[in-house]
Amino acid sequence: MKNRLEIDKGIFCWGCESTAHTFSCSILKSDGRILSDVKSIYTPPPGSGIHPREASRHHIEVAPKVVKQSLIQAGLNMKEVDAIAFSAGPGLGPCLRVGATVSRALALYYDKPLVPVNHAIGHIELAIMLTGAKDPVVLLVSGGHTIITAFSRGRWRVFGETLDLTVGQLLDQFGREIGFSSPSGQRIEELAKKSSKYISLPYTVKGNDVSFSGILTTAKKLFKEGKDLDSLCFSIQETAFAMLAEVTERALAFTEKKEVLLAGGVAANKRLQEMLMEVSKRHDAKFFVVPKEYSGDCGAQIAWTGLLAHSANISVDIEKSFVKQSWRLDKVDVKWRD
Amino acid sequence: MERLIRKGAEADIYLGEWFRKEAILKIRKPKPYRQSELDVEIRKKRTLHEASFLMNARKAGVSTPLVYFIDQNKAEIVMQYIKGVRLKEMISDRKMDNIDALCSEVGRCIARLHKNNIIHGDLTTSNFLVVKNRLVFIDFGLAFFSQRLEDMAVDLHLMRGVLQSAHIEVADEAFNKILKGYAEIAGMNMIKDLVRKIKEIERRGRYARVE
Ligand SMILES: Nc1ncnc2c1ncn2[C@@H]1O[C@H](COP(=O)(O)OP(=O)(O)OP(=O)(O)O)[C@@H](O)[C@H]1O
Repeated sequence: MKNRLEIDKGIFCWGCESTAHTFSCSILKSDGRILSDVKSIYTPPPGSGIHPREASRHHIEVAPKVVKQSLIQAGLNMKEVDAIAFSAGPGLGPCLRVGATVSRALALYYDKPLVPVNHAIGHIELAIMLTGAKDPVVLLVSGGHTIITAFSRGRWRVFGETLDLTVGQLLDQFGREIGFSSPSGQRIEELAKKSSKYISLPYTVKGNDVSFSGILTTAKKLFKEGKDLDSLCFSIQETAFAMLAEVTERALAFTEKKEVLLAGGVAANKRLQEMLMEVSKRHDAKFFVVPKEYSGDCGAQIAWTGLLAHSANISVDIEKSFVKQSWRLDKVDVKWRD
Repeated sequence: MERLIRKGAEADIYLGEWFRKEAILKIRKPKPYRQSELDVEIRKKRTLHEASFLMNARKAGVSTPLVYFIDQNKAEIVMQYIKGVRLKEMISDRKMDNIDALCSEVGRCIARLHKNNIIHGDLTTSNFLVVKNRLVFIDFGLAFFSQRLEDMAVDLHLMRGVLQSAHIEVADEAFNKILKGYAEIAGMNMIKDLVRKIKEIERRGRYARVE
């Protein structure tokens, strides 16, 4: 192993993600190679949502194994790593604190710089690196985020976002209603494929922002009234995704950028991809989508962004390495991008 | 004869003629990615709203293009061509001298709309055309009537979002000017209520997390 390092110079960053249901650790190299990406996901019982304390208990239990495995898979030991990155927010307090505690301890013990990473930016940076996008309008859609953003003057600027639920929450909360375990996006996508009957649901676009609560309330009510489940799933997707496509189109028309990047867990949905591809075509923009295996929360997002931040000399003192439950991505000065 | 001058997010904008006058043809073309019933519903509704709110806004004392013709089924509107520059470009090109005055006027216009229970629904710097020193509001496809403070606050919240994402260098100043102009028409009490509501909205939506 030593040999490889000597021949193969580069910077290595270890990263830990623990904002919500996923506890994941990963090592990336400065050439963009993902040397390891190990994760363990907490699944709440069917029909119920994620409970922060239960999830954090899961994280505490699996942490030693996941950390160890991330090193074994990469064939490195912690001494050979140049920086330690952790997701400092936004996310659920108890979950965030597990990742932060583990990372602080490692940074202290091995005397490595500790790099705080904004999780939304983690999603975006890894997706950019893996797809080769340069200056995209990004639609970030997951359980924790529904944001349309583009980079300008040193920060990711938010062009549009949800006024209430995220699209992930919409899918999960409807899924919970019908007894699926969260996350239920994939199951809903499968059911949606079986129907093409459109049931009208509230389509709510306000300027560049969207609101999903109307869809959720109406769909739940129609389900209780005995409306066909496949058609409901189909209609939820059609309505919610068309709203997202519209606001993405608006950001594209407004910024006149020539790339669209779809990122976040919901990016795996084929129907959403199809719609955004059409939007991109209409505006002569290139379309990129994050590879499925890295679309959900994972350590690689944190390790890669941590590596970029580390290369721009960003780190935090252990005593000041607080987690920030509602850390907006447009509050982060992105020094490594111009 | 008609020339495509802009591809908006929603519609294609053509410059042509209407009875020998220069005119804008705004067509909301079908979006193939959208489920067809939903697509028809959205395009029809917005075309109708746009035409009627262009008129309602004028009655409320806000300049808008005259509507010459509408075809709901084709989702087409023919309207007066406004030879102006968008506020978006005025700010980007840093024609700073009259930006302050224009922002106050934006605020006054929004207040006039709200006073008449008109929510624009899409307040952005690309929807204000500047002709000499006058402002013309366009793009009323998302407009609706409401008396709720919440809807008015969301209107202003969206405006602020646009300033912060697209015009960060002047965002705070411009938004304050807008609020000042607004207060001239609607009064200080109304502004206080609105600012409080905007804060509440921002707390609510942002960083909604898996619960
Ligand atoms: N009456 C008009 N006179 C002159 N220019 C106009 C007129 N109407 C629209 N335009 C131009 O076309 C652009 C797009 O028009 P509009 O905002 O109505 O369409 P849209 O598709 O709804 O746009 P958006 O991308 O803002 O949603 C405007 O920003 C403006 O430059």
